[in-house]
Amino acid sequence: MKLESRNNQIAQEVIEIVEKYNFQREKLLQILEELNDSYGYLSEFVMKEVAKNLQLTTTEVYSVATFYSFLNTRPKGKYIIRLCKTISCVLAGKNAVANALRNELGIDFGETTSDGKFSLEFTNCIGMCNQGPAMLINNDVYYHLDPEKAVEIVEKYQ
Amino acid sequence: MKQALNNMFDDIYKPLDEPCAGKIVICTGTGCVASGSLKVLQAFTEEIRKAGFDVAQTLPEAKESTRPDSTVRLSKSGCQGFCQMGPLVTVLPENILYTKVKPEDVAEIVTETLLNKRVIERLLYKDPVTKEPCQGQNEIVFYKRQSRFVLKMCGELDPESIDEYIERGGYDAAKKAYSDMTPEQICKMILESGLRGRGGGGFPTGRKWELTRIQPGDKKYVICNGDEGDPGAFMDRSVMEGNPHSVIEGIMIAARAVGADEAYIYVRMEYPLAVKRLRKAVEAAESKGVLGKNVLGSGRQLICHVMEGAGAFVCGEETALISSIEGKRGMPSPKPPFPAQKGLNGKPTVINNVETLATIPLIVNLGVEKFRKIGNEKSPGTKTFALSGHVANTGLIEVPLGITLREIIYDIGGGVTDKHGTITNDGFKIVQIGGPSGGCLTEQHLELSLDFDSLREIGAMIGSGGLVLMNKNTCMVSVAHYFMQFTQNESCGKCVLCREGTKQMLYLLEDIMNGQATAQTLELLEQLARVVQKGSLCGLGKTAPNPVLSTLRYFRDEYEAHVFGKRCPAGQCKALLVPEIDPEKCKGCTLCARKCPVEAITGERGKPHTIDPEKCIKCGACAAACKFLAVTGV
Repeated sequence: MKLESRNNQIAQEVIEIVEKYNFQREKLLQILEELNDSYGYLSEFVMKEVAKNLQLTTTEVYSVATFYSFLNTRPKGKYIIRLCKTISCVLAGKNAVANALRNELGIDFGETTSDGKFSLEFTNCIGMCNQGPAMLINNDVYYHLDPEKAVEIVEKYQ
Repeated sequence: MKQALNNMFDDIYKPLDEPCAGKIVICTGTGCVASGSLKVLQAFTEEIRKAGFDVAQTLPEAKESTRPDSTVRLSKSGCQGFCQMGPLVTVLPENILYTKVKPEDVAEIVTETLLNKRVIERLLYKDPVTKEPCQGQNEIVFYKRQSRFVLKMCGELDPESIDEYIERGGYDAAKKAYSDMTPEQICKMILESGLRGRGGGGFPTGRKWELTRIQPGDKKYVICNGDEGDPGAFMDRSVMEGNPHSVIEGIMIAARAVGADEAYIYVRMEYPLAVKRLRKAVEAAESKGVLGKNVLGSGRQLICHVMEGAGAFVCGEETALISSIEGKRGMPSPKPPFPAQKGLNGKPTVINNVETLATIPLIVNLGVEKFRKIGNEKSPGTKTFALSGHVANTGLIEVPLGITLREIIYDIGGGVTDKHGTITNDGFKIVQIGGPSGGCLTEQHLELSLDFDSLREIGAMIGSGGLVLMNKNTCMVSVAHYFMQFTQNESCGKCVLCREGTKQMLYLLEDIMNGQATAQTLELLEQLARVVQKGSLCGLGKTAPNPVLSTLRYFRDEYEAHVFGKRCPAGQCKALLVPEIDPEKCKGCTLCARKCPVEAITGERGKPHTIDPEKCIKCGACAAACKFLAVTGV
């Protein structure tokens, strides 16, 4: 019963967002971005609801959701650490920072900590090439990292 | 050149009329914000008030001030390009530039500089070579040799204030386009100006517009491509963050020229600040009647949307970007039909890069003749470049097209650095230009004129303008591998040759780096590179092999050393290194032996140690611990 009411609530929220975009199919990406923001990821249920409301097949929604790296189809940590893997950051010492983050969090890139707090990912260029290595934690930018500094920053979010 | 450019600029953009006792400009580009410039701004507000002055945060506040002599104008600005020295604070009218300012320094700046007109030497930038302190931008080599034109207002204006942009003469070009010029005239003007797309290909912008203009139909679109994904490129980010209104003005003129009534600005999600500032700018423009149902009172409509991408590099390709705006997977489609004929929602669409659009208002204001005086004959105008990697001064620069690589690296960039950041005289190896689609420029290209055509002749391209400099200790195979990995990851999967071909090329490169390559590997790699170039649909696949081919062309010996000699000349490919301790340098402190997790290091205290290559796992712990840099090959 409890699950059902939660699902009803989510279904309602999906309708509200889809309505905001006038049920337009071409707004699918914006709709998914908003839902991804509010739930942290796009569950199968959410994707099915979106498909239903836009009169699309679920596969079509899924194909869009999996194409873009900022949309998640699996639950992610509360804080997503995205370390820039661009060559300028590599030249500035990205690999040592990556190792420090792996050690600190006990997970590899692409994984989420068991307490659901952190996800560790690589990202493409975040435009901080002259200040590398750089990373994003959710929407905050950190740069000129070294292994120690990166660990200190992550500790602040613990 | 620079002076002429400044004069031209001053002819069209007036200075702000602010009756204040002084002005402090704090850079709030992403770089400076991340190093704490907002805290510095807060500290300034408090300290200035403490000193008995009023603070005017906005232009109207400054104008309405009842006691202008006791008011200090405190302004934010967009990225000034010299992010490595941030937060940057400029004190006007003296034009003193303070670098790496911390909130603790603010009280001193207020009392010393603002009140007593004294310069605080310790906060000035010091020339890395002469060690002399430099007072303002005019004295700093990094700025002195640049010609800031498109970026000029980025470091001066408050990017979140439409009032400042308008007061300086912003949107005058749009007014001219909407009231005094016909679409044909605008297209002709841009064509004659010789402006070429700043996003990569260098296609004449005027021709693109004309092609869209002559299409029948009343529904047309303008798209601003802000999906700047090239590794090592951040010019568009700075323009969107630092002067969003110039981008909007460019879009308006494009819309007028082709007859569009709807526009999209597509920005990467990796640039949160740019998205925020653009949204704010569009809202402000709508409320001022600059955008909306009645653009500048002309009776024409222009609705402008800001849309976020979601982390797919291939969306920078125009047809893929259109698919993405339509809410589909961002996959490219074959051309023709070109977007000019059949673009967004099947309607004629013009897509331009951010920097191209930001240049448009300058051309309309200046006129063709004056604009063509900048740059060279075939490539007029300026170009912004993002300088990063092993170079003393990194950051965002703007130079006239046709400048030589030497000027950029050694004058503006201050020279090549080694891995400790020290300037070396003979360290230069390559500059990777244009990201994964570009190629490398070597010592023999130092005198080459940087413009669209001369780069194309040698098989490289300006691309979006990322310049990643690498020193002698960089392994070219690893660099090619890096870019291959990038394009392989970002391939959308539509074409077999791009999807599978890049993967196989990556495996071949890995074989070379791991010492498993044979004489056939290089041959196969080159063959495959040509096939991928020919058999892919869009720019991503067509240009994916470029980094491999261009490093092979100039550094074949380095590839051969990997393949036949099983060694990496730059000492970077781990699998090919033999761990060693230099007996000359080793002092026998035993630190490395204690750090080694697999007990591969042996030796007596006070005597040179040795590593057993069989046991060593090349974790690098010993090299990191050694104070005498005696350990190599791990």
